[in-house]
Amino acid sequence: MTPLLEIDNLRVSFPTTQGRIEVVKGVSFTLGRERLGIVGESGSGKSMTGRAILRLIRSPGEVTAERMMFDGTDLLSRSERAMRPLRGARMSMIMQDPKFSLNPVMTVGAQIAEAVRAHETVPRRALANRVREMLEAVRINDPDRVARMYPHEVSGGMGQRVMIAMMLIPRPDLLIADEPTSALDVSVQAQVLDLIDELIVNNGMGLLLISHDLNLVARYCDRILVMNSGEVVESCAAADLHAATHPYTRGLLAAIPKINETRDVLPVLDRSAWSGT
Amino acid sequence: MTAISLKSLTISYGGIPAVHDVSLEIGDGESFALVGESGSGKSTVLRAIAGLAPEWSGEISVLGAPRGHGPDRAFARTCQMVFQDPYGSLHPRKTVDSVLSEPLVVHGISERSGRVSEALEMVGLGQEFRFRFPHQLSGGQRQRVAIARALMLKPRIMLLDEPTSALDVSVQAEILNLLKRLRRDQGLTYLMVTHNLPVVAFMCDRMAVMNAGRVVETAPSSALRTGDFSDPYARHLYAASGGDEIAPKDGQ
Repeated sequence: MTPLLEIDNLRVSFPTTQGRIEVVKGVSFTLGRERLGIVGESGSGKSMTGRAILRLIRSPGEVTAERMMFDGTDLLSRSERAMRPLRGARMSMIMQDPKFSLNPVMTVGAQIAEAVRAHETVPRRALANRVREMLEAVRINDPDRVARMYPHEVSGGMGQRVMIAMMLIPRPDLLIADEPTSALDVSVQAQVLDLIDELIVNNGMGLLLISHDLNLVARYCDRILVMNSGEVVESCAAADLHAATHPYTRGLLAAIPKINETRDVLPVLDRSAWSGT
Repeated sequence: MTAISLKSLTISYGGIPAVHDVSLEIGDGESFALVGESGSGKSTVLRAIAGLAPEWSGEISVLGAPRGHGPDRAFARTCQMVFQDPYGSLHPRKTVDSVLSEPLVVHGISERSGRVSEALEMVGLGQEFRFRFPHQLSGGQRQRVAIARALMLKPRIMLLDEPTSALDVSVQAEILNLLKRLRRDQGLTYLMVTHNLPVVAFMCDRMAVMNAGRVVETAPSSALRTGDFSDPYARHLYAASGGDEIAPKDGQ
């Protein structure tokens, strides 16, 4: 079976006054119908990798790759117009903060319906039913009332569930979640991730979870890629994260305070240990 | 001696109470955490102590002296605040030097140059950072400048509002180590607001769990090692922060 997504030697660069700077430097991976996590710190290129897959990097940013295949079709050679039926319908992306990603002047229900209407022609009543079912699937108790609300009337956790509903209602094959819970409280985080997890597993989708939180990614993914300054420095099964060998990964793991902390000083990354920067 | 004492403190914004009837005693030299989720009122308590939320009733006293509702210069010399977002809390058009000198100018303190370079050294920044602008600094360096600014008047109490939640984990570790060292060297009292329980386990002696504007439980931070909470909300927060998973990991 061909993998859902094949990325080979992906590079993203931006022009600066000092010439072009590569922010993603030759990332390669394949993704089947599984859950893959990308972790790294700010500026590691993890979000740019996610955006490049959806071809969302605008000029003057430049994306090159040897190969970028999604379910047997070549993403690189597609025109902007040919990307539109893919985006949203076959692969979609959950952004970090519902406050900035939802349209403030459209009701929640209308936005979710729009995600379907952009790709299919559905009778109005059937559409309303589908929106209601989807809101129920993301565990919103009173879907009819919530569908009539505006984004500012819902809480952060509910806003994120609305966004998940919007991204999943066209039934995509690949979901890219870029820091889906970092704007949320810890107790809501678990609910939202459990929900994404359940929907992914039940629908047999592929998930690319992008996060800076190592423990969270280890808990919700099958495999993990660790990125640092545009490169994948380590790739391992999520269960083996604690046996990671790369000094950067080990440094990151050690720097996280534990809830049963007894150390007096946290180890700090020695940034000279693995690269010249 | 108590550093901060709050008695039946109720704080409102525009007539709507956000914090109800909070009473806390924080000892001199103690590191105390207020934990809770967004909207629980933890930052509001800090803002009221700092004088940024003047609509309160009850009693706030700092080092034995009652605090008034307005800005208070003498108070500023004993108690300073560090904010969450180092990208938003430094003036973009002022150099590190002028940011750090400003409290000294306001309080008419001389020998500014010496005290600025001393403060930079204390927070682990070299003298080469002195004439830089905030946009020339990384997030961790900015937070170090914000901490240095709070230390300029040699306060005895620091109010820390999520000092590391905008930072990467490796940078967070550096800032937490710095705060811990400063407290030990200067004998500071910390009142820290955070939603991150592992940070509390690392930094603090005691904690108060807040929910919906009330303190639901006060516990020593050693409770984070044992999970010894009596309030159901505190237990829920502890479990959500990965508290239930400790036991198997330790066994490895």
